[in-house]
Order: sequence, then structure tokens, then C-alpha cells
Amino acid sequence: MSQGPPVSRRGMLKACAGLAGFGPVEGKSRVVVARDAALRAPGAAPDSRRVLSLLDHAVQAFFDSDSPVEAWKRVVRPGEVVGLKVNCLAGRGTASTSVRLVEAVCERLQQAGVSPRQIVIWDRLSSDLESGGFRAGSFGGRIRCIGNDEAGYEDELSVFGSAGSLISRSLTRTCDAVISLPVLKDHGIAGVTMALKNFFGAIHNPNKYHGNAGDPYVADVYMLPPIRQKVRLTICDAITAQYDGGPSYMPQWSWPFNGLIVARDPVALDYTGWQIIERKRAEKGLPPLRALKREPVWITTAADARHRLGTDDPKRIDRVEV
Amino acid sequence: MDRRQFLQTATLPPLAVCGAGRGAAAAESDAPFTVEARYYEKLPNQKTKCKLCPRECVIDDHERGYCGVRENRGGIYYTLVHSRICAAHADPVEKKPFFHFAPGTLAFSVATAGCNVNCRMCQNWDISQVRPEQVRATRISPRDLVQLARQYSCPSIAYTYSEPVVFYEYMVDAARAARAAGVKNIVVTGGFIQQDPLRELCGCVDAVKVDLKGITEKFYKEVVNGELKPVLDALVTLRKQGMWTEIVYLVIPTLNDTDQEFRQLARWMKSELGPDVPLHFSRFHPEYLLKNLPVTPLRTLERAKAAADAEGLHYVYLGNVPGHPAESTYCPRCRRAVVERAGLMVKAVHLRKGRCQYCGQAIPGKWEG
Repeated sequence: MSQGPPVSRRGMLKACAGLAGFGPVEGKSRVVVARDAALRAPGAAPDSRRVLSLLDHAVQAFFDSDSPVEAWKRVVRPGEVVGLKVNCLAGRGTASTSVRLVEAVCERLQQAGVSPRQIVIWDRLSSDLESGGFRAGSFGGRIRCIGNDEAGYEDELSVFGSAGSLISRSLTRTCDAVISLPVLKDHGIAGVTMALKNFFGAIHNPNKYHGNAGDPYVADVYMLPPIRQKVRLTICDAITAQYDGGPSYMPQWSWPFNGLIVARDPVALDYTGWQIIERKRAEKGLPPLRALKREPVWITTAADARHRLGTDDPKRIDRVEV
Repeated sequence: MDRRQFLQTATLPPLAVCGAGRGAAAAESDAPFTVEARYYEKLPNQKTKCKLCPRECVIDDHERGYCGVRENRGGIYYTLVHSRICAAHADPVEKKPFFHFAPGTLAFSVATAGCNVNCRMCQNWDISQVRPEQVRATRISPRDLVQLARQYSCPSIAYTYSEPVVFYEYMVDAARAARAAGVKNIVVTGGFIQQDPLRELCGCVDAVKVDLKGITEKFYKEVVNGELKPVLDALVTLRKQGMWTEIVYLVIPTLNDTDQEFRQLARWMKSELGPDVPLHFSRFHPEYLLKNLPVTPLRTLERAKAAADAEGLHYVYLGNVPGHPAESTYCPRCRRAVVERAGLMVKAVHLRKGRCQYCGQAIPGKWEG
């Protein structure tokens, strides 16, 4: 945890009031789906400047802000250590979080007052990070990239419902706030993987939680206090999405969605992403996930009275397309 | 010092790096411990299906099975824990517990990380519910394991603590090496294993103790995260193969402690395995995800024994209650104590060539190991 001057209760409440990600989501949950058809030339990697521009459009639309930096100041405060939870399980390729997207987030975080030394890119294994293009010493050598295998796990279990896990110290000790950066993709057991399931990469025993298509495990793991309390915003990398064959990278089932999905409510984001994947599957003549016994029921579980992590009711989701 | 601390620290001198220890784990290479799995099926798109345990995990490239110690790498399925020992001790065989196998001897006991179930009451969760890279380990080849057993005057090797099914390849390789050297092999398992690998295992080990954790599918689903039927099938196969088998039933307050369950268990054992398979009712201590429950009351354990005795089982014991008379073995004919125990100590053996020294009744077991 970062060290700073003591903060009074009033000061704390005042500071928190301006930040996203605290407390339950009132009213409708906003989910921004931002796309840029010209994000990249055919067959080419996404253009860095356009990725930054797409990120700005998405975040500004989410916060109704005229300035990207002002929008980011509603997510993080100067002095905080900010973790970027990427998903690099699939290694370098489009099924892992895009390096260009992470570069863009880092740029805006710094402009919002977070120093490079206070940004930590983390995932389950250092080798996963490296194969995803996030190497120690990259990003000018000042931003840390660290796997849980190096950072270690807490010694004491965190428990909620079906989940009992040791949590990564990157999350519990290093970071004050976390920006979740999952990828929009199919998952061969859990149906889909995005905001909620990204935090299987924060625990020591994700292999124990794939039974019953991930229900209720995905929701229960996200309820573990260090996760639920520190995630401020989810920016789902949908630049290249995958509608079947996940979570490994399968180019034959990937498509250039050229977008980002931004939300504070991880349930609303996952519901929205799931619908995008189902539409693509239908378009390609594939059966719905329910027919394959891998409908992501855990999204509904995450919204129930026991979890209250957000909403999966489309009437309560304010979907904004930009 | 509690049991967990003991497991973390009480290692034998040559095994200085053994024991649970997480923190910033050493990023050691998997290479010395990686061997292709023996029981799996290749599927399209580089997927694999594990055929070792009844779970039959279907695993994508770069992913692991439920046990956390087997990984698909480019469509080939590997164990990551061959010779990767995270716990090693010289224990009395009574600790396993085996009460009808070489009483009073030591078993050189080893484990790797991993387990194919996730029992909410697990006593060794800090090695069984972690991945191999999350716990300190050292390489002990099958040949070295046999040498260590001899060095510590252990006539047997026990595959125990976590779940030996998940380190199957190592167990089989080590058991064959041990048998060739005249060292016995004993297995302590949940019995959640497929039939083919179980039959192969029966060809190279000498005794198996199965933790039968409950007698209902509901219990297995909700508390064990497994299935009951494959475990019962495994027990029947063990008996058919002539394997010396003992059973432990951990009695957990409110979860599996009714008279109906005790009777159902004993009836099933008597009809499917016969009355001579030893049954150990063991006392539960709050641990892992069941810290909210109390220690099993002694009267509950005694009620369990009374129920199993009444159903006609010949050898019913109580475990984790040091000094209780039900730790000893009694001749089913003359009722005299033929093996007297106190805790893990064997005080006296009144057997001659496997028979009661008082009345001559044959007492089943592998008394010479």
C-alpha cells in the first residue's frame, strides 16, 4: 500500500465522492461500447494514436466529460498506486490484453497525476505477462510488470460462499486501486470471460472454480473483499474479440470488433459483452452457449441479492454507443 | 505448534527445502518435473481430456486441470509434479492410519502439491490446494526415494498428505523401484480415480487406505466437490484385486454424523467389501473452510462405532482420540486385544502368524508388511 499523510474521515469521504467505483451502483448502470472502424488497416496491428483516441472517446462518454484527463481524475488520485489487471493467459496474440491499449491507459493515468512508478501491470504469472508483451523494463523501465508468482500471495484465505482463496499481494498490498483490462472472448467452460472472470488471475487456485460452468464461483471470487473494494473501472479490450474456442487464441474464431467496453458495473459489462458474443455466434451459425451447457449463469448470480455486484437486467443498463 | 505449522517446518534433514511456503515463490523451472501424463486423450483444436480421475477435465492449450498439477502444452498433457516433493517425513504407519499393516513400523511419507477434489475440511490444504509452483519443493527421483526410505529405516513408502492420484506417474514409477528393492508401498487416497489407472496401480502397491468422506452424493457434491459413486467403485475394485484396504470416515458435526449415515456406510461395506475391512471413525478438527464447526464430540464417535459394530463389521476404530480403547485391535472371536495401541504407539502385539495368540482366530491384514 502506498504511504501518504493521514487523511481525516471528512477528507476521505470528500475525496471518495469524486471517484468512480465506490459503493453500489444507483439507478442505471452505464456501459459504453466505443468502436472505431478505422482502428487499423486490414491485416495490420491497431494504430496507437487511434487506440488512445478510442480510449478517450469511451472514458469521456462514460463520465460525460469534455476532457479525458478530467475523466481519469474521477477514477484515480495522485499518489495512489494503480494496478492494471491485464489478461495474458493466451500469450502474445489478440486473445490477450493489447499492449497498445495498456500504453494508452498508462499515458492518461500519468496525465491524471499518477507517476509511472505508481503504476503496476500485473497478472497471474510473470511468464504470461512476458509472452503478452509486458516485460519488466518495458514502458520506459519505470512501470512495473509483475506476476503473482513473483509478488506472492497472502498467507490467510479470503472466503466468500464457495470461494476460499489466497489473494495476490499485488492486489492486497501494492495497489490502492485497480483498473481491470480483460478481453472480450468466449470461454470453453465458463461461457465467456470478461470483467468478473478476469479476477481468477488474482487468486492462487482458479482451477478449482470451473465446475458447473463457473457458477457461482465467478461471482463468489469477485466478492472477495480485496477484489470487490479496489476495482475502480473496467475497460474491456474488444479490439479483436473471440466468439468460440476460448480462452486460448483461435484466429479462426476471432473477429475485429475494433472496440472497447467501459463500465464500473462488472455485471452489466459482462452481460453486454455476452450478448455481443451470442450475436456473433448466431451470425456464424453457431449454437447459443446455453445449448452447449456453458451459458454464463454466473452473471445472473453476480446480480442476485447475495452478491449485488451489479445488474444483468437490460432495462437497468444504460448502453451508450460511441 | 499446530498441525499446519508442523507440516511446514518438520522436514527431514536431507529435505531442507520441503514444506509449504508461499510468499514470493521461487520461479523455478518446471522442466525437471514435467513428464507426459499416462492417462489422457487428445481432442481437436489442441485440447486434451484427462482420463486419470472421474472428473475428466477437458483442457485447452496452456490450461490446467482441476488438480492444478497437469497442464496442456500444445495438445500434449503433462504432469508437472513428477519427483517434485513438497513434504517428506518418516511417520508411523498408524498415522496414515493403517492398523492391519506392519504395526509399529515407519513409512517414509511423501507428497507433491495438488488434489483432484477440494474438501472444505482439508487438513493439508496448504499443499493440496495449491499449484506446484506455489509451494517449496525439492526433486527426489524414484531411486532417491527408495534410498531415503532405507536411510530412515522405513520398510515402506507412503504416498500421502495431499492426493497421490494427482502425482500418479511418480507414484507408479517410485512404487516399481521400491518393490524391486524390497520396500513396500502404501497409498493414502480419496479414491477418486478411474478404473484403468487404479488397476495398474494395484499391480505395484501393497495397501491402500481410502478416505471415504461421506456416504451420500449430496455430501460429496457440497463438501468434497467430487462424486461418491466412483469412490465406491474404486473400493470394490481394490477388494477384487486383492489389495489390503482400510477405510477412514471423518465424522464432521452436522454434516455426516447421523446414525442413518453410519449404518448406511457399515451396511454398504459389509455387503460390498465384507466385514473384515477396517473402518476408522476419525475426529474432525476445524480447518480450512469449515472453521465454523466444532471438534467432533467423543460421544458422536462412540455412537458411530456402536452403529458399525451393530451392523456386523469386525474392526471398527476411533481415530484422533489418543488413549481411547477403540484404538486397539480386538479378536472378533475371544474379544481380547491383539494389537494394543496408545495414540500412534503400538504397545503390544499378541499375534502369531496373523492369528490371535489367545484363541487362534485369523486376524486379516498384512502384519509383516
